[in-house]
Amino acid sequence: MKKNKNNPIIKFEQITKTYITGPVKYQALKGIDIKINKGEFVAIIGHSGSGKSTIMNLMGALDSPTSGKYFLNGKNISHYNPDELAEIRNKQIGFIFQSYNLLPRTTVLKNVERPMLYAGYPEEKRKKRAMEVLKIVGLADKASNLSNHISGGQIQRVAIARALTMNPSIILADEPTGNLDTKTAHEVMKFLVQLNKKGSTVVVITHEDDIAAFAKRIIKITDGLVESRDYKLKTASFITHD
Amino acid sequence: MIDIKELIILALTELKSNLARTMLTMLGIVIGIGSVITIMSLGEGSTQSIVDQISTFGTNVITVSPGRARRGPGMTGGTFDTLVKEDTTAILELPNIEAVSGIVSGQKNLVFEENSTSSSINGVEYDYAQIQSLEFSQGDFLNQSSIYSMTRSVVLGDELVEDLFGQGAMVVGQKIRIDGKTFKIVGVIKDSSSVIIPISTAQKILFGHDYYSSISVRVIDNQIMEQTLTNIENLLLERHEISDPDNADFDLRSPQQMIESMSSVTGVLTTVLSGIAAISLLVGGIGIMNIMLVTVTERTKDIGLLKAIGAKRKDILSQFLIESLVLTLFGGIFGVIIGAVLTYFASTAMGIHFIVSLKSILLAVGVSAAVGLLFGWYPAKKASELNPIDALRYE
Repeated sequence: MKKNKNNPIIKFEQITKTYITGPVKYQALKGIDIKINKGEFVAIIGHSGSGKSTIMNLMGALDSPTSGKYFLNGKNISHYNPDELAEIRNKQIGFIFQSYNLLPRTTVLKNVERPMLYAGYPEEKRKKRAMEVLKIVGLADKASNLSNHISGGQIQRVAIARALTMNPSIILADEPTGNLDTKTAHEVMKFLVQLNKKGSTVVVITHEDDIAAFAKRIIKITDGLVESRDYKLKTASFITHD
Repeated sequence: MIDIKELIILALTELKSNLARTMLTMLGIVIGIGSVITIMSLGEGSTQSIVDQISTFGTNVITVSPGRARRGPGMTGGTFDTLVKEDTTAILELPNIEAVSGIVSGQKNLVFEENSTSSSINGVEYDYAQIQSLEFSQGDFLNQSSIYSMTRSVVLGDELVEDLFGQGAMVVGQKIRIDGKTFKIVGVIKDSSSVIIPISTAQKILFGHDYYSSISVRVIDNQIMEQTLTNIENLLLERHEISDPDNADFDLRSPQQMIESMSSVTGVLTTVLSGIAAISLLVGGIGIMNIMLVTVTERTKDIGLLKAIGAKRKDILSQFLIESLVLTLFGGIFGVIIGAVLTYFASTAMGIHFIVSLKSILLAVGVSAAVGLLFGWYPAKKASELNPIDALRYE
């Protein structure tokens, strides 16, 4: 394997993805190259239909590309089978979704413990680690609450806590603030900024400029291709990273 | 390997969150297991009761009947003249024989004043009382000298006495008419409806023939029944000059054989009825499958989320399988309890033994677990093979 000088955590090489529904073929990605290095905070933006959700699915190892190579931590995972991908998601990727992040009728603690259950951690270790990450997001006191009894902002923070449990290579957030009001949305984003400062690699998929503005670098996708690898927002960024 | 304990807790949480549905689904299994347990237990109880009843006749008594009973229908006892006095004498000389009595019997009318009844009359020898371990509530057995002197004495069973004389009547010394001839009552046997008279009286006065309707043989020890049966068979074959045992003109029966044949009858009945009850288990299982399929559809988004955070196919598979397993196991346990309660009431009402064997309980629990795995498999497999993206997007 060729060693990259920057040793990127994520490397897309000529990735394409074609969806086939019956007789209709739709090429969502038309050959994409993306590199994301360790410690970066990247926002991937684009209009709906641009292909950014497909990028999110591929980057999150939820799906495999039609062609091209995906290197995660130097390993080509583009041909992995469903169970191997599950293991990658479990150990290397921390997901934060727009909605339905938590299992209903289940406590916050059990939700956060879940990835560790699949990793085969013993009960004691699961509980200890879950409390640690809940402390990081400031929700240790909500551990025994049912997930449907906490607020939207808190749900996203619990999701962040869960994303952290396995010390993943990247935190992948798909429209993480889509269901929140602006104030709460910014609070959640500030949280991600803090995590990034502590060393986490964060990738946020969004169509909102003010959310993208929290990232250090913005990748813009248009019509299944990368339009810009370091896109500058037209309105001045109101967030600074220092 | 994933934490089984945690999976069971998760399954319980899910089942509890939709309690009404869980209960209704379980009901199918409860009814199925409950009826199988009830039928099996009643079968075992009645078998045991029959065995006990046969055993009260004495487990070491062999009955020799004339004729070729094995040839099937068309033969009635007592119309064969192959058993005679010399046979009993010869049998008594075999080793391990405690006592032998020839029996001459037939159906006759009994009359006391206005009451009459038809009953089987047995003319017996003196050792008959010992062979059958007769116990007396009034009077005593026929005395030894009356046996061969055609005395008109009779011993009655207490049930018959109650029919003819009314409850609690003291009847020793009273006279009744059998087939128009007057007999004097000398004793009453406990728990019996027999009519017993001296064998000579039966032969000469009532029935007019000398051959025996059967021979009762008491063996010293019931551990050597098989061997003694063989001895008697060989002896009689030799005496009757028959070389092929299949052509024997007599038939030997021991209580063990009766128990075995009765048990096999109740066993077949129990198996057939249990099989019918098991059909309701099948229906219950289909109910489980149906509900599990609905559950998988309802929890599609959960499955997508779990897959996203790293659940492998086997993790999802085992979670849903354990859920249906827990469902059917609980159903099985409730079924066993309900079956046992039903069995208790039914066996009390039927006057048979109350037995719920460990074997039937283990079988029931095993079968309900198997139903859970069998019918939970397809829905769980379906859940485990969902595509995470599709599942996450499912609305």
